[in-house]
Amino acid sequence: MNQSEETAKISVKDLSLFYGDKQALYSVSLDIEEKKVTALIGPSGCGKSTFLRTLNRMNDLIDGVKITGDIVVDNEDIYKSNDVIKLRTKVGMVFQKPNLFPMSIYDNVAYGPRAQGIKNKKELNKIVEESLRGAAIWDEVKDRLKSSALGLSGGQQQRVCIARAIAMKPDIILMDEPTSALDPISTLKVEELIAQLKKEYTIVIVTHNMQQAARVSDKTAFFLSGEIIEYDVTNNVFSNPKDQRTEDYVTGRFG
Amino acid sequence: MTSPPIEKHNIGNGKSNKRKYMLESLSSKLFLLCALLSVLSLLLIVGFVFYRGSHPFIAEGYSFFEFIFGVDWVPGEDKFGIFPMIVASIYATIGSLIIGVPIGLFTAIFLSEIAPKRVAKIISPAVQLLAGIPSVLYGVFGLAIIVPFLQNYLGLAKGQSLLAVIVVLAVMMLPTIVTVAETSIRAVPKTYREGSLALGASEIGTIFKVVVPAAKSGITAAIVLGLGRAIGETMAVILIAGNSLIVPTSLTDSIRPLTTNIALEMGYAAGVHQEMLFATGIVLFSFIMILNFVLAKISARGAN
Amino acid sequence: MRTFKDNLLRGLLWFSAFVTVGILLLIVGYIFYKGFRLINFEFIFGDYSPTGGGGIWPMVVTTVYTIAISLVIATPIGILAAVYLQEYAKQGRLVKTIRFATESLTGIPSIIYGLFGAVFFVTTLKLGMSIISASLTLTIIVLPVVIRTTEEALKTVPGAYREGSLALGTTKLQTLIKVILPSSMPGILSGIILSMGRIIGESAAIFLTAGTVAAMPSSIFSSARTLTVHAFLVTQEAGDIELAAAIGIVLIVLILVLNFSATFISKKLNKADY
Repeated sequence: MNQSEETAKISVKDLSLFYGDKQALYSVSLDIEEKKVTALIGPSGCGKSTFLRTLNRMNDLIDGVKITGDIVVDNEDIYKSNDVIKLRTKVGMVFQKPNLFPMSIYDNVAYGPRAQGIKNKKELNKIVEESLRGAAIWDEVKDRLKSSALGLSGGQQQRVCIARAIAMKPDIILMDEPTSALDPISTLKVEELIAQLKKEYTIVIVTHNMQQAARVSDKTAFFLSGEIIEYDVTNNVFSNPKDQRTEDYVTGRFG
Repeated sequence: MTSPPIEKHNIGNGKSNKRKYMLESLSSKLFLLCALLSVLSLLLIVGFVFYRGSHPFIAEGYSFFEFIFGVDWVPGEDKFGIFPMIVASIYATIGSLIIGVPIGLFTAIFLSEIAPKRVAKIISPAVQLLAGIPSVLYGVFGLAIIVPFLQNYLGLAKGQSLLAVIVVLAVMMLPTIVTVAETSIRAVPKTYREGSLALGASEIGTIFKVVVPAAKSGITAAIVLGLGRAIGETMAVILIAGNSLIVPTSLTDSIRPLTTNIALEMGYAAGVHQEMLFATGIVLFSFIMILNFVLAKISARGAN
Repeated sequence: MRTFKDNLLRGLLWFSAFVTVGILLLIVGYIFYKGFRLINFEFIFGDYSPTGGGGIWPMVVTTVYTIAISLVIATPIGILAAVYLQEYAKQGRLVKTIRFATESLTGIPSIIYGLFGAVFFVTTLKLGMSIISASLTLTIIVLPVVIRTTEEALKTVPGAYREGSLALGTTKLQTLIKVILPSSMPGILSGIILSMGRIIGESAAIFLTAGTVAAMPSSIFSSARTLTVHAFLVTQEAGDIELAAAIGIVLIVLILVLNFSATFISKKLNKADY
């Protein structure tokens, strides 16, 4: 545990979350390591997605959400400093379904940098190319950058979404079941991409696919009813779980 | 598949976002202000009309009772009774509803349930379009065709009458009723029809016992809109009502509804006379509020 | 017995549809039949002459003025109000009040708007019987139309666009300008076009606020008459059905063009992939 504290990129302490009167997270504490892939698993409704969305404060968009506890990213408490823009440029997000805007591929990837005030054409070109390369989709789309992003296949769209996220040069990328809407081949491509990306980024991924968690992640947290039941090196969680409920879940006895 | 190392640059890092947050809060306040303008408009309208309209009764000693139930409207002699106009408005509205609602609803049912697809595809948009035609043109048509028809074939001395108003208002509300009702009937899920037909009900039986009741709230909305159009219509009515100041006792009487009274005299009215026109406006306003309220109650009861 | 009742009802349905379509065809047909002889270049673009035989150009100009002024004011206010209601407001008493006000404005008959305009814009603000008074009155009349259609258009923008944009560190304002408004533009545009139709058809409110002067307006502070008011007055004062019908043709064609462009715009822009 000592070693992980040294490199903790995100440190969550005693986090509880309420939707109105309903509590969804119960004092969750968790340290997420830099440049590792951390998987969040658990049955649907266990709070894993809700937890993920607290890390870039996307839950702020929902009326009546109340949060207690601390989330520290790079030594800064993200709920105390009120600069959500800065937080979200630092913590990127990829959603369950590809959600590209109805614009060209180029404009989609350049969208975030432009919103940050980058207008220089050359600089934008460079960011777009780098990001698309970074998301391993450059070769497939380089000849059609100006055509609609919505004409791409679902798998391609999701990788452009990843490119759009890394165009912001974030430190952390949150992925909310990024392959649940994709076919097996596209899923495999995204998983390969995740393996590449962790050299540069800290990745937190929510998945309900246990093989995926086992394949891509370094550490795994098992959520149940808004609590963390077990958090350990992925291998241990899957082959040597300490808690009976974790074992039941990873062996498919419920969920 | 290898990705080149991505160099960090200065996006977001260290830069202050103060300006953005300021713009954010400024813009949301601006949007709120715009939204509040509709509240302000409503308050201004209600305020001005009620203030001016209630002034004679509050400050100048006129009797509100005599205003509502008085049968003489002679501004030159300081007589302001709008009973004939109230009766005229009520008769004209009810009469046009009696004709317009069944024809409109039946047409809507026909278009959504019975008509061949190709036919409905031509007629529906055409009817929709007619809802947008200036109502004055309906009045012109009424004066040119319906009024002479009544004169010649019913032997009226003057074709401008309650009956002419009823017919023109009924025609005018048709496109509105048909369009709104048709949309709501089309929105009834197919499974309702299939369920009923599978139980051996006939097509027509299904339509009237299952589909129409399911579309009740939309149909009520259609009637409310048609009603609003009828009771509020002014300029078309002026052309065909005859504008006599009598309490109508038959369909062939010349009438002056509340709306036309305002439009006809506002141009030259001053002082108490003008305030009494605002008072007429209050009565009209209250009528519409009451009718909407009653219909909302009826449809709510129907839903239970 | 049941089949008899069914057949009777079926017959009534056909009959009603026949009556509706017949009457409406009759009206439009009559107006075209009665008025088409007057329609020519000189009629539309010629100056009005009180002695007869002149054109309707001053009324066309007045109509265009009222449309332009009221939409220039109502469109931005209406769109931003709808943005507030759909994108910014938290559900609560304030939103309920605003919605109630908007709905109530829709139900007020135009003669009441006319009364209000006559006392507020004409007298209190001392704008006189003028195009500007009528336009400001019309602004309030079409405001709820713009708000409602814009709200409907905003509702069709997927929530995923909003999340996707905000997650990239943009502000709500940036998200609105760059993603949400462009995506809802077709709906907003057709709402604006429909408001034009509403303004063209309006008569009572304009009658009480713009007056009836039949001459080319020298400025927006002049009294003038729109096409619809002109159609009313020539019928009422002179009983000139032919002239009224000719104006009617112009009005109907205008409405047709507006409706087709509204349909065209919303279809065209919806099909385009971005």
